[in-house]
Amino acid sequence: MEGLKVSKANLVVYIHPSKSRQVSNAVLRELSSMLFAYNEIFDGIVLAYDVNSFDKCARILPGIYPYFGVKLKVNMLLFSPKPDMLLEGKVVKLTHESIHVVVLGFASAVITEKDIRKEFVYRTKHGQDVYASKSHKRHVIKVGTMIRFSVKSFDEEILHIYGSLVPDNTGSIHWLDKNLEVVSLSDRSTKKRENEGQPLMSEKDAIDGEPSSFDTVQKLKHSKKQKVRQES
Amino acid sequence: MGKVHGMSGQEELPEMETTDVSDLQLIYSVRDTLVEVTLGVRENYDELVRYLHPKRNPSAEEFAALVTTLRGLSGAVSYIDPAHHDALLFALSRLSLWNYATVVMDALLELIVSLAVSNGMYIDWCLEMLVKHFVPPIYLFDFLKETNGIEKKNKVLSRVHAALEQISDLVPLAPLRLSPIVVQKMPKSCKMSEPEIVMYVENMLRLESGAIGEIVGGTMLPALVDRLIELDVGIGWDGNLQEDVKCIFELELEEIAEFADEDENIFNMSTTDMLNRNNLQGNKVAEQLDSLIVLIFLHLESCQSSGRIAEVFDILLKSFERTVLNAYKSKFTQFVMFYACALDPEGCGVKFAMVLTEMFGSDVNPPITRMSAVAYLASYLSRAKFLSSALVASVIQRLVDWCFSYCMLHDVDMNPQAHQVFYSGCQAIMYLLCFRMRSLVDVPRLRMQLIKMPLEPMLKHKLSPLKVCLPSVVEEFLRQAKAARLFMTSESFVFNDLLESDLSKAFGGTDRLDMFFPFDPCLLKKSQSYLKPHFVHWSRVRTTYDTNDNDEDSDSGSEASDDDFVDGNAKDSIDDDMIMGVEAGLDFDADLNKMSITPKSMKYGFVTQMERGMRMPTRI
Repeated sequence: MEGLKVSKANLVVYIHPSKSRQVSNAVLRELSSMLFAYNEIFDGIVLAYDVNSFDKCARILPGIYPYFGVKLKVNMLLFSPKPDMLLEGKVVKLTHESIHVVVLGFASAVITEKDIRKEFVYRTKHGQDVYASKSHKRHVIKVGTMIRFSVKSFDEEILHIYGSLVPDNTGSIHWLDKNLEVVSLSDRSTKKRENEGQPLMSEKDAIDGEPSSFDTVQKLKHSKKQKVRQES
Repeated sequence: MGKVHGMSGQEELPEMETTDVSDLQLIYSVRDTLVEVTLGVRENYDELVRYLHPKRNPSAEEFAALVTTLRGLSGAVSYIDPAHHDALLFALSRLSLWNYATVVMDALLELIVSLAVSNGMYIDWCLEMLVKHFVPPIYLFDFLKETNGIEKKNKVLSRVHAALEQISDLVPLAPLRLSPIVVQKMPKSCKMSEPEIVMYVENMLRLESGAIGEIVGGTMLPALVDRLIELDVGIGWDGNLQEDVKCIFELELEEIAEFADEDENIFNMSTTDMLNRNNLQGNKVAEQLDSLIVLIFLHLESCQSSGRIAEVFDILLKSFERTVLNAYKSKFTQFVMFYACALDPEGCGVKFAMVLTEMFGSDVNPPITRMSAVAYLASYLSRAKFLSSALVASVIQRLVDWCFSYCMLHDVDMNPQAHQVFYSGCQAIMYLLCFRMRSLVDVPRLRMQLIKMPLEPMLKHKLSPLKVCLPSVVEEFLRQAKAARLFMTSESFVFNDLLESDLSKAFGGTDRLDMFFPFDPCLLKKSQSYLKPHFVHWSRVRTTYDTNDNDEDSDSGSEASDDDFVDGNAKDSIDDDMIMGVEAGLDFDADLNKMSITPKSMKYGFVTQMERGMRMPTRI
């Protein structure tokens, strides 16, 4: 899955003088207030932070309230979906008109009928609504399926993703992985990706639009070792 | 709107459970209609909107058309565009679940849920629409009291809450957007009638205990407490203490009369009291507040039975620290904390005492917070029947230690303003001991602990807390201390029954924290009945000089018996519950006339009441 990155940030957190006795608590509270909201400076949603170190010396601001600035080095896990990135999520609702997906357990995504490639047709199988592929009998998307989809747009305010199943390398992850014969590797990485949310693909793949799964997996392995960390 | 119209015209209700094919056709036709608008063709669209307009007595056909339209729309939500379909959205917003049968309710809710999850920009609109249904239209309130009405209420509200949960499942961050909406839409007390606000709060509490409670609970309860505070301070008689002491006192008498079986209480009431009672019965704000507090009490009970009380208490405690603690003379809201503590004495009860003690002791807090905290602490420990004497002793120990070390550090003369925190600490200790001394001295271990405390050097210090604290408290304390032989005072204090002095006023500051006893008897009728079993009334307190074990006797007895300075009867069985003689049939009613006494300036001419044996300032 794309859209996740770990960034090293050098921050200055301003603390109210009344909190001077519990600086580290105040710092953490300040950082926590940034969670699960889009932040323009970081260009992404802060999912987690890890304070590496903070400066023992703080700068006191002149003024009526002498706020003091504490310098921090923080590792941030950021989620910033951009158009054409490939994301993964779980289908929570499926109707004729749309597929609703939850990504990473918090962001909702919707794929409307017009963004589902014609290969998929809506059917009711055993009383359950599904989108099934015409060309591959086993390629089925239903409630509970983990799917890979590409990002069409992203609403930063409400963290709502508009997705698309038009590219060929999108659809049920299970099916995609199996049919590209890299089952064992992908299965393992799928799980891990969900849990750890590491930066898994380079941006180039996403721009190219059609990286083969094999390529993806190779790159995943690569990036896992390197753990690309970007300065934000 | 040819297609939709054609279909809905032909279909009767049972036929609506149609096959997939016609459902799809319906969806496609609605979709086309919506798309046509963007091309400038509005005929069909206008007709579709017309179906949605609420009608007084819809015919079967209109009813069917409404349901069909709603179902069609839920299949075509992604084609709804606020730029082109504002009339449609407006018509939808005017539909009320309360006015329709379940078929329409389900269709409308399905549409709302689909709309909310289809596009980020509708989510707030949909949540607002659902929250709007927390309260029925005003004309339905009478109907809701009937059996059918209750059924209707359940039908609507269970659906609304289910829809909210459904949206949260599909859009996991929706609860974060819901909380501010619920708080914002909370009815303003001045505009809404009591049943309306009560129903809204019921729904807030239902959200708190529901599936999304984990996320919204942290907002609902504090918002509710803030509302209580708002109502609390809105009740006329707290604005100006000098003026209002009188009224509070009279309200108290009113409550006495409400609960009294004995006629004597009524007889004791003056004509003005009676008049006042009538006025206060009509006090809408007080009644509203009462109902809301009771709702929260019931909610706390349900939390306790589901094992969530500790979690809820933590949220309440935060909101207490933030708003209630420093609210100027909050009178009732704090009883929410009291009741939560009563439900879980071992956990919440002890925690509350500890948190307050720490707040007092921590010099990071501003003096006013520390003084409030210690006033709360003293009042809470005095009034809570469910707390053990050992806990009380340990808190007193901590307070005395703090005050004593303060004395050691400040070897200066009396100055009420400069050492207000110290004086408030001393007063708290004395007040607490007025209530608890007997229960402490009756347990040998605690008695030893009490005697070992450096009380005497503290009280006789140059800072002269005995001169500064409220004379009525000091007097009662000294009387009990003497009876318990805690120490002997060499100096004699003559207060002439003064309940306050210039010195106590000085340390209390403009907020008069010297006369702040937050857990004085709650005067709200309904809430009081919940608090009653957990609450200690002054009349029920056995003092160290009180030799009578029987409350009835001591109550009817003359003041003379109080002056026998005899140690508590060692034979008395003492348990942690320091109140004696609380039997089923013997409620506090009989003693209420002697019970909570608000210190008043003599200038108000309450000499008669004072003389009736009201010594303790228990009500401000």
